[in-house]
Amino acid sequence: MSDAVAGRITPASARRRRSSLSRSRVRAAWLFIAPPLIVLGLVAGWPLARTIWFSFTDANLNNLREYEFIGFENYLANYDGEWLGLLTDPDWWRSVWNTVWFALVSVSIETVLGMLVALILNAAFPGRGIMRAIILIPWAIPTVVSAKMWNWMLHDQFGVINDMLLRIGLISAPITWTASPDTALWTVVMVDVWKTTPFIALLILAALQMLPQDIYEAARVDGIHPIRVFFRVTLPLIRPALLVAVIFRALDALRVFDLIYVLTANSRDTMSMSVYARQQLVDFQEVGLGSAASTLIFLIIALLVVVTMTVGRLRFGEDAR
Amino acid sequence: MAEVVLKGVEKSFGSVKVIHGVDLTVRDGEFVVFVGPSGCGKSTLLRLIAGLEDATAGDLFIDAERVNDLPPAKRRIAMVFQSYALYPHMSVYDNMAFGLELAKATKSEIDQRVRQAARLLQIDTLLDRKPKQLSGGQRQRVAIGRAIVRDPKVFLFDEPLSNLDAALRVQTRIEITKLHSDMKATMIYVTHDQVEAMTLADRIVVLNAGRIEQVGTPLELYHRPANLFVAGFIGSPQMNFIPAEVTQTGPGNVQVRIAGGSALSLPLMPDDLRPSEPITVGIRPDHVTVGPAGPISGRVALVEELGENHLLYVDTEHGPRLTARAPGNARHRIGERVSVTFDAQSCHLFKASGEALAARGSSPTPAGSSPRMNLA
Repeated sequence: MSDAVAGRITPASARRRRSSLSRSRVRAAWLFIAPPLIVLGLVAGWPLARTIWFSFTDANLNNLREYEFIGFENYLANYDGEWLGLLTDPDWWRSVWNTVWFALVSVSIETVLGMLVALILNAAFPGRGIMRAIILIPWAIPTVVSAKMWNWMLHDQFGVINDMLLRIGLISAPITWTASPDTALWTVVMVDVWKTTPFIALLILAALQMLPQDIYEAARVDGIHPIRVFFRVTLPLIRPALLVAVIFRALDALRVFDLIYVLTANSRDTMSMSVYARQQLVDFQEVGLGSAASTLIFLIIALLVVVTMTVGRLRFGEDAR
Repeated sequence: MAEVVLKGVEKSFGSVKVIHGVDLTVRDGEFVVFVGPSGCGKSTLLRLIAGLEDATAGDLFIDAERVNDLPPAKRRIAMVFQSYALYPHMSVYDNMAFGLELAKATKSEIDQRVRQAARLLQIDTLLDRKPKQLSGGQRQRVAIGRAIVRDPKVFLFDEPLSNLDAALRVQTRIEITKLHSDMKATMIYVTHDQVEAMTLADRIVVLNAGRIEQVGTPLELYHRPANLFVAGFIGSPQMNFIPAEVTQTGPGNVQVRIAGGSALSLPLMPDDLRPSEPITVGIRPDHVTVGPAGPISGRVALVEELGENHLLYVDTEHGPRLTARAPGNARHRIGERVSVTFDAQSCHLFKASGEALAARGSSPTPAGSSPRMNLA
């Protein structure tokens, strides 16, 4: 229609028509985008902005109305030649290290286990549908509930795990799983693996089921060993889905809070960045310092997202060529 | 190169039997085409030979070795899939070389074989590309190339041309014929397209509902179909079938009366036919003549102009709709009253059981074993 009309009218009026059309489109677009933008601004933008603002003040939880702007002193300050602030706090760096270690180890184990589970569930066997539902149970339980459940099971005196290990003779004395510095972080990792392996397994399973079956028959005719087929065919083909699953989980793990807080409270051995921020903000009432920690967490995760997305785009770009 | 022998091969999926005792010998270097309607078991039969499915009963021999218990890889076969089944993330070169890497071939040997096959199929300029950068025809060549490099005893093709457009299909068909004559390999080819079957095959195996209906050369099947099913399946447009009744039989002669009252005398062996037995007359559209005068009258229902020839669909007064094919442009219009005649010499007769009557003079040998053509 536009061609026929444009043929009869002058170029100038055509331009006007087009621009009025596109103007109304832009208006409509803004109309649709505005509500979510306003909601996002209220629930995400405003708290974030306030947190960043508080991180430059000496605000205290006792009285949030009176505070002073103190610049970067919450992050780093020099009083009489002595360096103070968040960046000099060994507990903060300890929590950063704990978080990174936790994210790396738990996501690695979850990916490998999730892959195995997905491969098993991808095979045709009776009761597969029920198995798929059952495997999701740990993922479906709220973290606080499952963490509390594990807390009881891991209890050093009355826990069922110590009891079982004692009975079969694997240990000679009960282990204080969540309290001992040697086992605490590993225990947190174990519970996290138990809880989130199904998530990765399901994402990988979805990718596996998208794969064409004929190439596996071709591989069978060609006599290629199944393990070789896995590494040379299956793994490259599900890589995009795997990447998404790992990124999701890594971002999740970096802001871990509830699991660690319920299992080990404020123990320094397992404290994550989020637990540290909460402790400063709520327990010590140091809103300024807690906000500074929260701001740093935000920056660290934002940076990682940008890096992974850039790397991911490069990789995907490579595939598209 | 090898002979493929099937003895009483059966296949059931659960309680559903899809292959009912197939006996077949594919000779060394022969090009055999399995043809049949959807769901007739032709692909299943091919997959049984490939080893992608296990036979429920019967024996399978490739090159005189019983292969029932051998995995596909040890059967020395190569298969070309309908969907090409190329590894999407690998280059053309890797797609062709992947299956060789394990076969204890050295790098230079693999390289030589891949490049040789690529040259043969004229894809040697595409070796670095990924499958999705190729056209359908090129992908099909890569799939064939992957089969060639393995130097198999038997090539298996599962409807390899069905995803190609018409022009490319004709071209690839010719290339596959040439490939067969160059390689002199045993090839088994599955298709639902009877034109592909007719043009490619040394021998055609017509399958229906898990059973072999007839085995024979393309012209044998065309000129001497063993039964109603083969007669209807081979040839396009389909053979006309007219219900009739036996009136009289004599040595080498059967007289029938078709619906509407016309009598025909056919030079066929009457077997044990008795008068008044119902029977079906079959006549190909090419042997049906439409004109102003004839024993069967009717009205033109549809005209299809194909350029070099045309098809007339005539609704007869007492019988079924008949198809006639004649050269040039149609001289009749829709609705026109016409008469239909056909040559009794070109007719086929099918008993109520579907079995065809043998022509006079042709010995009653089992179908497919005689290369002689029957032109009544």
